[in-house]
Amino acid sequence: MSEAFQIILLAVDSAIRLSVPLLFACLAGLYSERAGVVDIGLEGKMLIGAFAAGATASLVPNPWMGLLAAVFASVLFALVHGFASITQRGNQIVAGVAINVLASGLTAILGNAWFNQGGRTPQLPSGARFNEIVLPFAESARAIPVFGTIYAEVISGHSVLVYGALALVPLTWFILYRTRWGLRLRAVGENPAAVDTAGLSVTALRYSAVIMAGILCGFGGAYLAIAQSAGFITDMTAGKGFIALAALIFAKWRPVPALGACFLFGLLDAVALRIQGVSFPGIGQVPVQAIQALPYVLTVVLLAGFIGKATPPKAVGVPYLKDRS
Amino acid sequence: MSGRPAPLWLTAGVVPLVNVVVAFLAAGLVIALIGENPLEALQIMLRGALGSQYGLGYTLYYTTSFIFTGLAVAVAFHAGHFNIGGEGQALMGGLGAALVALTLPFLPWPILLPLCVLGAALAGAAWVLIPAYLQAYRGSHIVITTIMFNFLAATLLVYLLVGPMKMAGSMAPETAKFVPGATLPLMNQMAGWFGLTLTRTPLNLSFVFAIAAAIMVWVLIWRTRLGYAIRTVGANPDAAVYAGISPARITVIALLISGALAGLMATNEILGVQGRLINEFTAGAGFVGIAVALMGRGHPFGIVLAALLFGVLYQGGAELAFDKPKITREMIIVIQGFVILFAGALEMMFADRITALYQRFAGRAVSA
Repeated sequence: MSEAFQIILLAVDSAIRLSVPLLFACLAGLYSERAGVVDIGLEGKMLIGAFAAGATASLVPNPWMGLLAAVFASVLFALVHGFASITQRGNQIVAGVAINVLASGLTAILGNAWFNQGGRTPQLPSGARFNEIVLPFAESARAIPVFGTIYAEVISGHSVLVYGALALVPLTWFILYRTRWGLRLRAVGENPAAVDTAGLSVTALRYSAVIMAGILCGFGGAYLAIAQSAGFITDMTAGKGFIALAALIFAKWRPVPALGACFLFGLLDAVALRIQGVSFPGIGQVPVQAIQALPYVLTVVLLAGFIGKATPPKAVGVPYLKDRS
Repeated sequence: MSGRPAPLWLTAGVVPLVNVVVAFLAAGLVIALIGENPLEALQIMLRGALGSQYGLGYTLYYTTSFIFTGLAVAVAFHAGHFNIGGEGQALMGGLGAALVALTLPFLPWPILLPLCVLGAALAGAAWVLIPAYLQAYRGSHIVITTIMFNFLAATLLVYLLVGPMKMAGSMAPETAKFVPGATLPLMNQMAGWFGLTLTRTPLNLSFVFAIAAAIMVWVLIWRTRLGYAIRTVGANPDAAVYAGISPARITVIALLISGALAGLMATNEILGVQGRLINEFTAGAGFVGIAVALMGRGHPFGIVLAALLFGVLYQGGAELAFDKPKITREMIIVIQGFVILFAGALEMMFADRITALYQRFAGRAVSA
């Protein structure tokens, strides 16, 4: 097996790991924004989810309890966001900023007060985490050239949350485009007045979308704290919620392209980690920051409308008022 | 609807005050949750922030940064836009000031210092130019683009400070020291010129700039033709077109002013205190600006008051973290989050009830 092939496999493998939290948050944002609620608060919901997962798994050494706590905490924050932007018809972006700031402050202060480790949660033993699953025949498949290696190195050996995230993509597509709820969800993001006229509750639909976003952000947070790492670390989302938002725009609010965008941004992250200090023939050293900046630059270029147009759902960000003439 | 319309003191005084009080009650609940006494914490904070010349100096030093970032958010709000990129624009303001100070050190200070301040403002404005243009002429949402530009500013600054602009022989990501002519005098030094003695604190001349900026923003928004155009575009862009105002042009101008104000925050930290460019010097001041602008309801007077409150919180919070190790400095971020939530996203939650209450009592007073 050539060395280049091995390097590519490793890069793809780490890109998958790095893109999973992006994918959870991106799909979370997709449900929320498709229903007409802008979600700047993905970052904060993931962070509070990660903290809840790390804290719970350290007390009850069971990853599923950690996941449950993450979903609970994240949904709680999502409901605050929903209450402000749906019931109170407040500014959805301001509500999202509040969620992010609150999560960043609360996780640090509660973590420090409860665990006395400078904001971290205790290091988790292997039994309290989602461990890597070796798929059947992974070891014996290594003997098969190319496909066997890909199977053993890239496809096998991830935690259950990784496979869950990947399964969510077709599932979201099916929900959005092939179920009644999905149709109504998309309608409420485009023309809430029409949905209202049809006798459906705009409020209930939007709340259900916001709760869905909370659940998925909880999964993303749990992945960070109890699958990828062995505990919560202060500010461990480190802007992933915003990259996910960028990926959502990049995917033009569609589930299958969302997978592509998240994988691309995950791959960029993996490459940035790998090229540190490596000198390329003819180019020399490429600054890590240049690669790190690419997702943001690409998103701005896309938003500018120079390479295709990213059109958000029509009613996104607009609170629904029944008696608007 | 019966009764009279709610007077100004109610909508601009009581309602925001109730919102802020609720935010503080929520923060007090968090303190109680971790097993400390909220009232005792409040007492330590107030004493630490206002109880001594030293504390007051630090309080006003923090206030300075928050006035700039709060004004930046407010000017954009008046034009109907949410500039969430104050953090990145302030970072670039620091870069602008540093570039002037490091490339023109031979100039005499009466020329160099104003150029450094100008550099900060121009660099801040430059960093919002692309998002502003894209918002105005291509409809790209300013919130998303300025978030992206925040990350870009942070990455660019790291690249420059570990690479081309790094001081030779230093391990830390920072530039060389500026010449003294490129730094602002500290308040205690200035007091010394008049024969007064003040405790040495980071409070510097930029505090005066901040107050001047607040007055200028007030004049701009409520007393000039441009300010009228900005408010018109913010209230109703379609009506603005009928009034002969170009919403796109006004959007760009308002956001450039907003960026320049955010960039000026660097005069406090970089020209006033550090005297060199360091990494992450904004320390979240750009985001505090959002809370300050919301709390001050976009009015410069309210913004100065709100910035002062956050100055008290930052300085008092530092003292509190020292006295009560369980209540770390992040407590300020929690309060900030509650303020953004209750004074921003939920600003109307209590308004209706308070107005109804007023009308009941006002109605009774009239009939009696």
